[in-house]
Amino acid sequence: MKNQKIFTFLAAAVGLLILPLLLQNFGNAWVRIADMALLFVLLSLGLNIVVGYAGLLDLGYVAFFAIGAYMFGLMASPHLSDTFPAIAAMFPDGLHTPLWIVIPLSAGLAGLFGVLLGAPTLRLRGDYLAIVTLGFGEIIRVFLNNLDQPVNITNGPKGISQIDSLHFFGLDLGKKIVVGGFELASVSLYYYLFLALVVVSVVICHRLELSRVGRAWMAIREDEIAAKAMGINTRNLKLLAFGMGATFGGVSGAMFAAFQGFISPESFSLMESVMIVAMVVLGGVGHLPGVILGAVLLSALPEVLRYVAGPLQDMTGGRLDASILRQLLIALAMISVMLLRPRGLWPSPEHGKSLQNVKS
Amino acid sequence: MDILLQQIINGLVLGSMYALIALGYTMVYGIINLINFAHGEVMMVGALTSWTIIGMMQESMPGTPGYIILIIALVIACIVAAALNFTIEKVAYRPLRNSPKLAPLITAIGMSILLQTLAMIIWKPNYKSYPTLLSNTPIEIGGAVISPTQVMILAFTAVSLALLMWLVNYTKLGRAMRATAENPRVAGLMGVKPDVVISATFIIGAVLAAIAGVMYASNYGTAQHAMGFLPGLKAFTAAVFGGIGNLGGAVVGALLLGLIESIGAGYIGALTGGVLGSHYSDIFAFIVLIIVLTLRPSGLLGERVADRA
Repeated sequence: MKNQKIFTFLAAAVGLLILPLLLQNFGNAWVRIADMALLFVLLSLGLNIVVGYAGLLDLGYVAFFAIGAYMFGLMASPHLSDTFPAIAAMFPDGLHTPLWIVIPLSAGLAGLFGVLLGAPTLRLRGDYLAIVTLGFGEIIRVFLNNLDQPVNITNGPKGISQIDSLHFFGLDLGKKIVVGGFELASVSLYYYLFLALVVVSVVICHRLELSRVGRAWMAIREDEIAAKAMGINTRNLKLLAFGMGATFGGVSGAMFAAFQGFISPESFSLMESVMIVAMVVLGGVGHLPGVILGAVLLSALPEVLRYVAGPLQDMTGGRLDASILRQLLIALAMISVMLLRPRGLWPSPEHGKSLQNVKS
Repeated sequence: MDILLQQIINGLVLGSMYALIALGYTMVYGIINLINFAHGEVMMVGALTSWTIIGMMQESMPGTPGYIILIIALVIACIVAAALNFTIEKVAYRPLRNSPKLAPLITAIGMSILLQTLAMIIWKPNYKSYPTLLSNTPIEIGGAVISPTQVMILAFTAVSLALLMWLVNYTKLGRAMRATAENPRVAGLMGVKPDVVISATFIIGAVLAAIAGVMYASNYGTAQHAMGFLPGLKAFTAAVFGGIGNLGGAVVGALLLGLIESIGAGYIGALTGGVLGSHYSDIFAFIVLIIVLTLRPSGLLGERVADRA
């Protein structure tokens, strides 16, 4: 029994490690899909802390993703030094802040915003919270769109381009490397980085789930008043949940900016927040394997179908193009999965009796 | 001074459209505790249906007076929207009535995306110019102007609200609705059929949304598959602002929101010395919402405690 478990684990690990090498043969676009799927896994894991563990529905999660991405974009692109002569004078070679400074900064700033959002909404629950967080996401997006005047900070709808790729230990992920005659494309390098981050995050989330903090979050989720009566400091723990979730969002945002090399407010619309929530809920809210499954399915599957959609587009006279088909599939998946399996595709096993179905 | 008056008129017009949509949200929420994210899309379907009907009628019977075309298009749009919302509730929300809370919410979001996508396939994604059916000579009131379309919007909203209030407060169906909102199980024991009441709620909400859609399209002169999303969101904000589940609250919240938005957009440039322009008007709604909910979590006229929401 135990051997079998180790075997499946090893098989999965080997499979994940050689996946980009296989996909690379079909073109880098396929590896990109895998990269984006991993980024979404990262985001979903972060949101799962807020929605899954603490039970706080956050519909503005993409704001933290945006904060991380813009932080990285501004600190590692020519944009700021082009606009402000003072900064150009300070950094004659252009602003290329090293990774080890930008990532903690993005994470910290996103976490700070998470707490800032959490603080006024502590008393709210359920749908009120959902709508406030949604509003927060929109506010951030409107600011990103309009902060190009009077001082050009975010470059408005045009976005920030020429963002540095990630470098660390003398390794530049933006260029392909050749190991013993075998070529590793830049996208595959990012794949391994994101995979490593996902593994680290899964370990963190798993440990959190089992920890005192995690159990306290779940107690708050099930019944806040009872949790309070048990001596749980609900205020601090809710803020902690918001902050931790936001930190994950910030780090993935920074990764996204470096990976794409270009960011604009369009990538951080409400639709993205909704998609991340859908990934978490579709997979199985609060259950790590489910969340990962949901994220991979919702991000990768429609992309894959996009490549086979060509014939369909010809058949319908161009009315059903790839992006429309993708949206259609996402919508249908969301509705049908919820109708058939309301607790998600891979829900957590129930411990004892749940109070969820008892109507007050 | 006349600028202020003009902004107040614009705000009231905007607010009354929000009110029509917000009522649908708040009624549905009051009865089954669901944020019907697809509600804004029902409004969009209403607007686009009326656009098609108007196009067809202008082609087949030229010379028909504008207001007759508008009324016929409005009626058909209401019927289509009602049928649509009835079907959505039956297919997507009813099976989930007793499942975990997040499930119907995700279904509603999925439904919203689905409707937008279908509308994009049926009506093509371009912006359509919505014909002006009423005369567009503006009426002047004390230095400010109001167009006949805007007068019509205010009138329609007032009439719809009056009818709705009468329906909810003085008819048997209204009593059943209020009873179901209070406690569905006890209402069922008293002989109310919750399913019928819920269907009726969705149909009424859809009719109001379709009216709002036609008004919105004729006011701005365009219609498109994504037009329902932002108004829907703001209408929901208005419903929460006024205290969700409370009809009067939704109207008050919507009118206030419309006023805040248009007056804010008119003055923010001058107030901040040109640093923030009127393109920030979209976020007033949310800033107001966050402030109100922080100070008064149950909304302006809400009775329920936020903990139970």
